[in-house]
Amino acid sequence: MSLLDYFKISKASTASLAKERLQILIAHERSSQNQPSYLPELQKELLDVIRKYINVGQDAISVSFEQDEDQETLELNIVLPDLPIKNK
Amino acid sequence: MARIIVVTSGKGGVGKTTTSAAIAMGLAKKGHKTAVIDFDVGLRNLDLIMGCERRVVYDFVNVINGEATLNQALIRDKNCNLLYILPASQTRDKDALSQEGVGKILEELKKDFKYIVCDSPAGIEKGAHLAMYFADDAFIVTNPEVSSVRDSDRMLGILSSKSRRAEQNEEPIKEYLLLSRYSPDRVKLGEMLSLEDVQDILSLHLLGVIPESKSVLNASNSGMPVILDEKSDAGQAYADIVDRYLGEERPHRFIDEDKGFFRKLFGGK
Repeated sequence: MSLLDYFKISKASTASLAKERLQILIAHERSSQNQPSYLPELQKELLDVIRKYINVGQDAISVSFEQDEDQETLELNIVLPDLPIKNK
Repeated sequence: MARIIVVTSGKGGVGKTTTSAAIAMGLAKKGHKTAVIDFDVGLRNLDLIMGCERRVVYDFVNVINGEATLNQALIRDKNCNLLYILPASQTRDKDALSQEGVGKILEELKKDFKYIVCDSPAGIEKGAHLAMYFADDAFIVTNPEVSSVRDSDRMLGILSSKSRRAEQNEEPIKEYLLLSRYSPDRVKLGEMLSLEDVQDILSLHLLGVIPESKSVLNASNSGMPVILDEKSDAGQAYADIVDRYLGEERPHRFIDEDKGFFRKLFGGK
């Protein structure tokens, strides 16, 4: 440790913040790069259909697309609320 | 066998043209006949960086349209007779470059040249697409800065899916990282992404780190590729990069800060 280190003001470095932000963003962008372009629209339409019958929130549905060597998987995940039936 | 190198980044202002000029000059100085092509149609600048702006008569688009022959358009460099420059056109017509036209010119150049360096424009539009489409090697110029790293990653995705090699299921383009405008002092202070940070994200083969340097502006002011300034740090960094690309062993430099007199006195790593 040098003499100067005693006088350094310690604060969270902006570089580590930059790295953290980039890692999250790039992981997200890489996964969405390979998915088909119709996915967001499909997700929206599915949500509309489900909400006709079940009272779910905007983020209760997640659609993910995965691609392997020889197959493509479309995974649809809907989280149902405690009282699934719409009372009307 | 000739090799086509694309110098690309996605983001503008990171040093693509500086790098293209420097490595083309470096390869030619090493005895390899090299052509460097400006793909930035409408905004040509490679001619200025190479110092041949007053000798441009015909350009890339003239050759594609058959208005001039390749030999008429190629400008021989004033410092090195193995280096030729093919300037971009200043036309505002976005569709002036065609894939077929570019492919034909590159095929013709491959007969006569060892290395063909394609200076890509910024962005991911047609000029950038055509600059990388036929490439064998890609030099990804990145600054240690969030927007540049993100755009480099986008560019890598495009190289691996939209290039000729990708489309024809050939061996993929070889991708190399050139980290430019690096300030070891600022990295030490935690103000700049480090080489390690950038590599954690991009994980590319590192060809070299180019330090932030006054010599780059001095070089472009005078129209001399910075690699000719052999005393400068940036010039030496590019010389190392050319040597490494050609397969020579060169230890990496400019990654750690210099220790000035006062720093030595007060210690520090």
